[in-house]
Amino acid sequence: MTAPPDDCLARNDWICGAYLSSRREILVDAVLQHLQLTVVSVLLGLLIALPLAIAARRWRWAAAPVLGLTTVLYTIPSLAMFSLLLPVYGLSASLVIAGLVLYSLTLLVRNLLAGLRSVPEETRRAARGMGYGPVRLLLAVELPLALPAAMAGLRIATVSAVSLVTVGAIVGHGGLGNLIYAGMNTYFKAQVLTASVLCVVIAIAADLLLLGAQRLLTPWTRV
Amino acid sequence: MNTLTAAWDWLTSAAHWNGDGGIWSRLGEHLFLTVVCLLLSCLIALPIALVLGHLGKGGALAVNISNVGRAVPTFAVLVLLLLTPLGTKGEWPTIIALVLFAVPPLLTNAYVGMRGVDRDTVRAAKGMGMTGRQLMFHVELPLALPLILTGVRIAAVQLVATATLAALAGGGGLGRIITAGFNLASTPQVVAGAVLVAVFALLVEGLFEVAQRLAPDWARGRAG
Repeated sequence: MTAPPDDCLARNDWICGAYLSSRREILVDAVLQHLQLTVVSVLLGLLIALPLAIAARRWRWAAAPVLGLTTVLYTIPSLAMFSLLLPVYGLSASLVIAGLVLYSLTLLVRNLLAGLRSVPEETRRAARGMGYGPVRLLLAVELPLALPAAMAGLRIATVSAVSLVTVGAIVGHGGLGNLIYAGMNTYFKAQVLTASVLCVVIAIAADLLLLGAQRLLTPWTRV
Repeated sequence: MNTLTAAWDWLTSAAHWNGDGGIWSRLGEHLFLTVVCLLLSCLIALPIALVLGHLGKGGALAVNISNVGRAVPTFAVLVLLLLTPLGTKGEWPTIIALVLFAVPPLLTNAYVGMRGVDRDTVRAAKGMGMTGRQLMFHVELPLALPLILTGVRIAAVQLVATATLAALAGGGGLGRIITAGFNLASTPQVVAGAVLVAVFALLVEGLFEVAQRLAPDWARGRAG
């Protein structure tokens, strides 16, 4: 009869090197899924938020309903949001992405609009006086000047999305959240702690990456 | 649209509202958790923020704690607490997690509110011979109140959301209806639970909105 192995996995320690080496593949898969869900939903959110913000900027009457609706969406707790989408998407990754897109809309639209509104009227007039049409004005003057505020919104939206992906575990598409959920049910401390720490690391890395991109894109804001 | 009618049937069936684990008792749990934790986190966060704001110290901490709070997944904290020895102590892991996530918005808003008070006003108050305590309670606190109340509103909405997630980690509250629905593979129950949670969250947000509209001018930051 062999004695049970006395390693950190058997002792169910919080910190366990053997867990990292023996479950490397599972961890890498979860991180990749986590990143994929985050990136796809934030990009889709940006794609939808941009026209909404431009519309709200151009037509005064559009601003109140756009901001009101996105605020209502943001108030709905994440678990309820994912559950409300269940009849539409079923137990799929699309459900998680749709939920995350709806959340990121609030932050993105609000910040994009703030950025567009911060463009001074004189700048706009000067551009028009130089013969800029509405499209060129938007692309070459307004959007670049709205970038600092927009990037601030993008950073918040991305960090929030990284953390909210974990709730997707309820439908089995939660990236690292799946590992946390499974670890909870099996009382596996090392798995829960490792996945949680990885979530925070991803969030911080994404934030720093976007901060770097912002500094590269808006050299004029550096003093 | 079958699911929606089924969810409606689920919601309108009296059997689902009464009894242990019925909607009323889950709503009671949710309300209890939200109110108790809001009071607890105000008791923890506001004195710290007021004193730090008054002294002008610890600003980086007070402002950055909100960003940290956003990066840490609520679900992860709930499960981590559940697996600690605290996990066997009833609702305590849920309460601690709720308070942890309600403190950052309270702290940041109250601190920013206190620091945002016009420096000339502060200097005038000092010139009139006010003591530090008088300055804090009679000048800075009333002027910072609108932002402090905004923090309380954000914290309350955050608490409702976190209390819902607590159901994933075995806690009580309305979220239990949703998780039970998932376990039973009953989409109508999941949707019905989600509608209840969403309505509850919007009601809390709406209540604060109305309270802010009805509040006297000084509490809305329009002191004339």
